[in-house]
Amino acid sequence: MKIHLDSDRCQGHGRCYSIAPALFTYDDNGQAALIVTDELADEQVGLAQLAANNCPEYAIEVA
Amino acid sequence: MAGNPVVTDWTTDFDHTDKAWAADPYPIMDELRDTCPVAHSDRFGGAWLPTRHEDVSAIANDTEHFTSRSIVVSEHRPPMELAPEGIAPPISSDPPFHAQARRMLLPVFSPQTIDKLEPSTRAYCQELLAALQGKDVVDAAADYAAHIPVRVIANMLGLPEEDGDKFRGFVLHVLEGVALPLEERIVGFQQLFEYLMPQINDRVANPKDDLISFLLASELDGKPLDPFHVVRTVALLLIAGIDTTWSAIGASIWHLAKSPTDLKRLVNEPELMPTAIEELLRAYAPVTMARLVKEDFEFQGCPMKAEDWVLLSFPAANRDPAFFENPDEVILDRSPNRHAAFGLGIHRCAGSHLARMEMRVALEEWVKVYPDFSLEDAGAVRWSGGQVRGPRVLPIQVGP
Ligand code: HEM
Ligand code: SF4
Repeated sequence: MKIHLDSDRCQGHGRCYSIAPALFTYDDNGQAALIVTDELADEQVGLAQLAANNCPEYAIEVA
Repeated sequence: MAGNPVVTDWTTDFDHTDKAWAADPYPIMDELRDTCPVAHSDRFGGAWLPTRHEDVSAIANDTEHFTSRSIVVSEHRPPMELAPEGIAPPISSDPPFHAQARRMLLPVFSPQTIDKLEPSTRAYCQELLAALQGKDVVDAAADYAAHIPVRVIANMLGLPEEDGDKFRGFVLHVLEGVALPLEERIVGFQQLFEYLMPQINDRVANPKDDLISFLLASELDGKPLDPFHVVRTVALLLIAGIDTTWSAIGASIWHLAKSPTDLKRLVNEPELMPTAIEELLRAYAPVTMARLVKEDFEFQGCPMKAEDWVLLSFPAANRDPAFFENPDEVILDRSPNRHAAFGLGIHRCAGSHLARMEMRVALEEWVKVYPDFSLEDAGAVRWSGGQVRGPRVLPIQVGP
């Protein structure tokens, strides 16, 4: 499982990086960026999914 | 609100400035969603009101058929020539112009910039609360919530702190005065621009370390931003940042005052604050935006006409049972919570990180001083109508 971030959909709501600061960060404009681009460790999957489930723009996918 | 006749049929004659809507719009939204999910009214020269999340989201993301040339509904439609910048870029701008006007603002409101403003915001909240010491009843809207965003944005812009009452007057005029005659509304705008212009000219001559100077030093299309763009953006920040945040803080205190279980939970589990704020924003989303229809166009079977208004009710979207489980229940740790209080799509609130910081600090400091409080008289609470809804009179019993 990996995190897929669609930067065109992201509008910088910041829900992901406040929920999962170990997995997501932000650029100077507050747009999301991935910290973990590799395969997720098992214990990270739940948190990644939580962030995805709270993104108002449906910009995050865990697959 | 002055003027408009009282609404008797919401499905054919809605009016978001009606007293019943200001007092409690949620039952009206629920009924519309069930019976007439894209309602129409002849008021304001023709307007539509979608109440399903799905439709609000579709319209917010459809800049081809809907323009942001005006985002506040009134009898008056601003001239076509204003597009694509509009009266207050970026909120009134359409693509492709919108992106550059927005990008310029984002770094100023990024999480890292906003973090630095937290200590001064906290100190100011403490100062406000200290001034209320000894009172048993305080007006959480007028004596507390109203002041916080005014001070914060005035500091960011580099405007004199003591001008706070003036800004609030301008803001009220623009947002709550939608039923006023056009001449009066124009006077309100002129006063705001006349107040701001000397400040801007002063920064042209003597740049300082503030947001006005930053904007003046910014470039658009490789050219320095002209002072008229700057004055309009500054006006937007005053208008977009003040009574929105004031409403969100007030509505949160109102909810906690009438919900002792939630209050106790938040006091005992302060780590809930971030999700609690998202949930309070969802449940009491203060901001409704608007669009104008560009050309005749059928939306969900509704014959929309060019220049019709469409209200983008983020509050209604946030209460749609098809999108949220038990939408009328406030659940402080609700998850998932893809609420739309800050809008959806390209105009998503540029100030959301600032707004959240102000809400969090304001609530943290309030419950620190008043861990136990309640509504002094539920009947005395008064809510603003129009497109920004929040408590304007909010007497809270804080003492014995
Ligand atoms: C809880 C408080 C707030 C709420 C609920 C809120 C809500 C919104 C909403 C719904 C929009 C979308 C507009 C649209 O779709 O047409 C918006 C846009 C905007 N807001 Fe906020 N806002 C808040 C506070 C602030 C603050 C504090 C500022 C800055 C001082 C701010 C600045 C802006 C700007 C500049 C835009 C336009 C962005 C664009 O068009 O790209 N807002 N806000
Ligand atoms: S929650 Fe979604 S829109 Fe917001 S910053 Fe993260 S990816 Fe972007």
